Amino acid sequence: MRIVVALKAVPDLVEEIDLNADQTGIDREYLTFVLGEWDAQALEEALLIKDAGGAEVVAVGLADDPEIDQILYAALAKGADEAVKLTDASGTVSPGPAGIRLADRTALLAGYLEAQPADLVISGVQAADDLDGQLPPTLAALLDFPHVSVAVSVEVDGGSVIVRQEFAGGRSHELQVRMPAVIGVQSARQAPRYAPITRIKQAMQTGELTEWAVSPRATGRGAVVRRMQRPETSGQAEMLTGSAGDVADQIVSLLRARGLVKG
Amino acid sequence: MVLAEHTGGQVSDETHELIRKARELASELGGLTEVALLGQTDLSGQLPGADIVVTVDHPALVEYLPEACELAMLEVLAQRSPRLLLMSNGTIGLDLAAALSVRWDAPLATCVSALEIDEVVVTATAQILGGKVLVRVELPGGRGIATVLGGAFGTETPQSSLAAEVVHVAPPAGLDALRMSLRRVVEADSGDLDISSADMLVSVGRGIESQDNMEIVAELANALGVPLSASRPVVDAGWLPKTRQVGQSGLKVKPRVYLALGISGAPEHLEGMRNAELILACNTDPGAPIFGVAHYGTTVDLFDLVPELVGKVRG
Repeated sequence: MRIVVALKAVPDLVEEIDLNADQTGIDREYLTFVLGEWDAQALEEALLIKDAGGAEVVAVGLADDPEIDQILYAALAKGADEAVKLTDASGTVSPGPAGIRLADRTALLAGYLEAQPADLVISGVQAADDLDGQLPPTLAALLDFPHVSVAVSVEVDGGSVIVRQEFAGGRSHELQVRMPAVIGVQSARQAPRYAPITRIKQAMQTGELTEWAVSPRATGRGAVVRRMQRPETSGQAEMLTGSAGDVADQIVSLLRARGLVKG
Repeated sequence: MVLAEHTGGQVSDETHELIRKARELASELGGLTEVALLGQTDLSGQLPGADIVVTVDHPALVEYLPEACELAMLEVLAQRSPRLLLMSNGTIGLDLAAALSVRWDAPLATCVSALEIDEVVVTATAQILGGKVLVRVELPGGRGIATVLGGAFGTETPQSSLAAEVVHVAPPAGLDALRMSLRRVVEADSGDLDISSADMLVSVGRGIESQDNMEIVAELANALGVPLSASRPVVDAGWLPKTRQVGQSGLKVKPRVYLALGISGAPEHLEGMRNAELILACNTDPGAPIFGVAHYGTTVDLFDLVPELVGKVRG
């Protein structure tokens, strides 16, 4: 049983995100990129399936994505059996205002999967820098695979997977889905496992990243970015100033006035 | 056209919001507002504001099932050819919008907080990177799809004096040859307390950094005698149960006081708490989107603030 996990890095949301000079894109040069949080959940869920019963997990990324080598080596260190970097044989794929466009990304993945079929393709339900949509349903539509997103558990049952799909407020549906299928993971059954630095370094020395060239099929038009800007947050909240003690005093006053603190 | 969402025989608030916006956009162009209602077609009376309700009836559509809904929607889109399809940004939007974008060949804008339309183009404002960047996009061509953030367009139910015309679309043959099925519906866990009935919430986000640090905020919640709640990343990490999650995919809360500690204010989270009476936000990033909805804010570190608060509350 072969599981392909599609991974990519996104700007670290802890940092300030700067825009480029003409405000049509993100200034990517000085950003820190980290593995997307939902992709991390997806990898964990794939590894849990492997732990349960001998599946082969292949981590796949795009060669032109930032930090992709690091991400793939970490995936190997966590237990992936193989790591693959996809390159664009046509030379037509170039980054858009928020990195490589979804249409190009999914076209490359679809090309790879047509050459190297998988039973399951798992990825994060979304990514923080999604602009044109999310990867799992887009890829599934290209491949004509059944797909389920916002999955919180995925378990294999013969030629199907049992997927729990979550809705607002915690209600969920248990679905049976025939493979091959694409699953968009919201959260894994347990928190993503940690790969110690020593193991990642070991993977870098002994592990191998397979490069695979794909000629992506033509893609449709996506949304056209006209402008990017930071949201206006100034003038909204009244900012409390002073030391932590001063601010705490002010907050307690506000709470006391509403009867939420005695005294 | 709006894709109606319903649970337990009730049309969702988001659906009403989308119908209202659709009417506004349609009136700019002298067009009609259509609502696609799949499966529970007896709910067609619960859609005020719709000029036309387009229904598809089939056993596979009674409860939401991704493949069934997708096939039915493709049939509806082919027959009705709307200019713009609106969906909410929840599970169904995350499941279907991008797939419909490929198969209906229509550009898509996600996490939309503003929308305009004219003869030529649809223009949307999308929120990306946890709400830190707003992107103004155009959807070229004669049609498009937008998944809309809850609360983006106000929450009044549209009024309409005319009963909607109901159009039945025959279910496509693919609904009898699905590659997936629904085994069971699992209701939300009701064992824990209900944070949506609390007077005040101490809410914690990614800024708490680790599970070990959770006891710091738990102590504050205890001192105040109120529940601890959290944004999605804290729940996904397993540090608090799902019943404590505030946000679009968790619970919507409207307490008298919402104290947000280390929460950046991603659109998904704001949807769940922006109507709280008094919002206090603590985040070291002065540009955090939470300050856009908070009444009072501070950039003091929560690890310094919380022990001070505990001391002063305990007296």
